[in-house]
Amino acid sequence: MGKTSVGTPADVSVRRRGRGATFWSDRLFRTVVVTCASVLGLLLLFFAYELWQSSTLSIRTFGWRFWVSREWDPVREQFGALPFIWGTLVTSIAALVIAVPLSLGTAIFIAEVAPRWLRQPVSFVVELLAAIPSVVYGLWGVFVMVPWLREHVQKPLVERFGHIPLFEGPAVGVSMMAAILVLAVMIIPYITAVSREVILSVPQAQREASYGLGATKWETIRRVVLRYARVGILGAIILGYGRAVGETMAVTMVIGNRPDMSLSLLQPGYTMASVIANEFTEATSPLYLSALTEIGLLLFVITLFINALARLLVWRVSRGEVHY
Amino acid sequence: MRLLSVYELWRRFLNIAALTLTGVCAIVVMAPVFIILMYLLINGVRSLNIEFLTSLPKSPGEPGGGMANAIVGSFYMVGLALILSLPVGVGAGVYLAEFGRSRYAHVVRFMADVLNGVPSIVIGVSVWALLVVPMRSFSALAGGVALSFIMTPMIARTTEEMVRAVPNALREASLGLGATYARTMWSVVLPAARGGIVTGVMLALARAFGEAAPLLFTALGNRFWNLFLDRPMANLPTQIYEYAKSPYESWHQQAWAAALVLIIVVLVLNVVARVSTRERYRALR
Repeated sequence: MGKTSVGTPADVSVRRRGRGATFWSDRLFRTVVVTCASVLGLLLLFFAYELWQSSTLSIRTFGWRFWVSREWDPVREQFGALPFIWGTLVTSIAALVIAVPLSLGTAIFIAEVAPRWLRQPVSFVVELLAAIPSVVYGLWGVFVMVPWLREHVQKPLVERFGHIPLFEGPAVGVSMMAAILVLAVMIIPYITAVSREVILSVPQAQREASYGLGATKWETIRRVVLRYARVGILGAIILGYGRAVGETMAVTMVIGNRPDMSLSLLQPGYTMASVIANEFTEATSPLYLSALTEIGLLLFVITLFINALARLLVWRVSRGEVHY
Repeated sequence: MRLLSVYELWRRFLNIAALTLTGVCAIVVMAPVFIILMYLLINGVRSLNIEFLTSLPKSPGEPGGGMANAIVGSFYMVGLALILSLPVGVGAGVYLAEFGRSRYAHVVRFMADVLNGVPSIVIGVSVWALLVVPMRSFSALAGGVALSFIMTPMIARTTEEMVRAVPNALREASLGLGATYARTMWSVVLPAARGGIVTGVMLALARAFGEAAPLLFTALGNRFWNLFLDRPMANLPTQIYEYAKSPYESWHQQAWAAALVLIIVVLVLNVVARVSTRERYRALR
């Protein structure tokens, strides 16, 4: 439940006994757990260091041009990351647009609407969505969803709306659209779970006050519960966004992996995570490897910021609980 | 009977419509779980047989063969990751629970949470730079280390929550009997929290078992048997990825069977973890 009594036990037992008065075993114990915690804290710095080290070659060769160049030509050793940044932005934002309303609806259903006996089972099924490995989503996506999309969604879209740049043909199946749909499904459980917790932590008195004023259930949810929980829900959404940005395997398998910058959702694309997954083992020259690592470095920095922001927002609502 | 005004009728209608819509959302969200599991079952069962579980992969395009080495490899590396991450994760979790109000603890907790959001592919690249480059070879060790980096923060945070949930009265009783603080932790608090910690560890195992991205260029994959730490090792997730990308129909079938095995292991871990603890427990890991 997380909300336990405030004074943590060790504060009582170890600290009060006074410095120097503790048993050697207590000091040893404390040293061991502090070391473990420090290892955990240092991991983050270690990732940053390793990534920086491995991408210095690319950083020195291309400088800031790396981030604005559209050219990705391993043969001529010209590397620019813009197509991948574009692909990541488009797919993650579009996935968010699909996932947010569905997740919020589900979270509200679980926390406010569903009868009590139904809450656990629905939560459980939604959590299973997060338990399915990424590569399994990819497998299903590439052999089931992509062919279906091509025949039943993309072809009609091209026929009717092909003149709009957003739906320019040809319909090939593997596309940004496929990646967006898979991503949306994959981040829904995260946004739902955190939103649900945030909604559940809204004090009951808030709801009762609203009912007392004659509001209907929906009015109470919309004007009182959601308003009260909005910071936490924003945190949940940003958390989900972080997942979408870093998601690798499923996206690699359905997006088509082509470093183009197309406006059309029906065209293949590429994301930062998927170019690393797809080309890293094939990269032979040091510069090629270094360029891929630099993309990894950017991905690391972006997700770091996104997660830090989300944590701060969610923590403001429910202090120090586990959400991931 | 009181007559309802149009506005009131509208409000009642809106209420029912909106609440129904949330139910529709829940159904739409739950549907993919059943659809995906159904496809896995139908396609996986077709090529899941004894040969698949006990033999090595055949050469490309040839029918038959199996993934015995990948199944063993997956368990091997996840086991290695468990050995590496369990002590550190539990230790860090105990620190966060017991000394959790210091500024340093807040920093560590924050870092653990942020660490959880680091994309697994980035962890793969980091471990590649740490181990694969100096060792000049892809290796099972690198794969295990990469997976342990995923598991450690998860174990730490669930341990924290579970240790914190142990009632203070237990600690006080033990201290009152004259036990030292370390003794109290070891013999009273940790055993009391064990069930919850096991749940957290199982969920971390389930996550690590399905991860392909951190293994792509650490463990790489292997068509043959290997149990050495310093050589490339086959594993289910990357094998599924490789087979799905291949142009061979027989390999696609094998990928489905492998995915079925993978999902069975992951689901069993998840279900057992959730059923085994009665504590209301945020189990989305």
